[in-house]
Amino acid sequence: MIPEAEIWQITALSLRISLTATGLSLFLGLPLGTWLALGRFRGQTFLLSLINTGMGLPPVVVGLVVAMLLWRSGPLGGLNLIYTPTAIVIAQTLIALPVVTGLTASALQQLDVRLQWQLAGLGASRVQMVLVLWREARLPILAALMAGFGAVISEVGASMMVGGNIKGQTRVLTTAIVLETSRGAFDRALALGALLLGLTFLVNWGLTLLQQRGRR
Amino acid sequence: MKPLLEVHRLCVPRNAHFAVQVERLTVYAGETLVLIGPNGAGKTTLLLGLARILKATQGSLRLNGEEIRDDLTYRRHLGLVLQDALLVSTTVWNNVALGLRFRGLPAAEIRQRTRRWLERLGVAHLAGRPATQLSGGEARRVSLARALALEPTLLLLDEPFAGLDAPTRERLREDFHAILSETRTTAILVTHELEEACTLATRVAVMLAGRVVQVGPVQEVFARPVNAAVGAYLRRLGAEERAAYS
Repeated sequence: MIPEAEIWQITALSLRISLTATGLSLFLGLPLGTWLALGRFRGQTFLLSLINTGMGLPPVVVGLVVAMLLWRSGPLGGLNLIYTPTAIVIAQTLIALPVVTGLTASALQQLDVRLQWQLAGLGASRVQMVLVLWREARLPILAALMAGFGAVISEVGASMMVGGNIKGQTRVLTTAIVLETSRGAFDRALALGALLLGLTFLVNWGLTLLQQRGRR
Repeated sequence: MKPLLEVHRLCVPRNAHFAVQVERLTVYAGETLVLIGPNGAGKTTLLLGLARILKATQGSLRLNGEEIRDDLTYRRHLGLVLQDALLVSTTVWNNVALGLRFRGLPAAEIRQRTRRWLERLGVAHLAGRPATQLSGGEARRVSLARALALEPTLLLLDEPFAGLDAPTRERLREDFHAILSETRTTAILVTHELEEACTLATRVAVMLAGRVVQVGPVQEVFARPVNAAVGAYLRRLGAEERAAYS
């Protein structure tokens, strides 16, 4: 039996880590996706292909790379981040970033190109134009955010590799499920799984409400 | 008449295969210059080049005698109305106020101008309605109000009445004509409609294959086409118009 306090601690940590990673991926992915969608430069299609490939990036590969970087003897080992929640946030941000970036770029490219002409013709500066375009594409951009959150809250490989599944410190819902399953405690694993699903539903419900309000 | 916009040796590429090239074109203050020409002649490309939205690879533009250096400053002298209304998904009021907000005008002035132009275009009763719920004619009126609210030095219009049914188009055109006369706004208008050109134009400019081949008062251009290609195009335009009305 897992103590109730520990369950709440694991749940809160899962939520905190995945929301932070999703927020960071939005902060970085929104401008990056905008640049890829609206910019005109050499290598643009190649970069978009890279980002689209990154949308299917296996979390264990991300975990491996981040673990190698943060390992005590690694290039960023001096930061002492391996097996900390921050390490999991870094790995999850890298998993969500291509999803948010790629879907943002796709959302903006679906807008009528003449809308950019029209806004320019109304005297919009570059920043003003981007703000209006984000607003016009807010529904698919929110969908991108949901996809990013879905990718990180459900991943286990990277969290396990860079977090270490340390009780009370880096154990999150997915890694706890893996642990309970390996112990043969399927009832506890199932309960944690239901909690994870419920949590994912609640966050996506909130984002969907926001998205559907934007339709009006 | 005083020159407002002077175009000299302008080259605006649309793609790898097509560019508009204008040796010399002057738009005078207070006039309505109507650009006519067959599909693919480059009218929209020229309009977007004049708005500095499509980049010119060479040539110069002078507004009120001054070379244009900063695109944003220049564009804030313009009003642009494209073929589709291209309203953003917010209320009609916010759409009309959009360009005024881009310019950072005081809130009271934005309110006053937005109200005035919504009323002038007869769409004040739609102010609170989402722009996505408008009919075609209403959307065009809002898009005209949005451009006119800027009180532009130069108004650029790309077939602003295209696709509307005949009675709606006629009413809107009449209103627009009255507004241009009242405000003495200088305008460049692209159209395919002979009647529109005849009603609105101070002068017409005929474009063929990316070049402005003849500019002059409507009657003069129709009476004395500069070459056989212009003559053939104008005859075709007249025949299409007659067929449309018969």
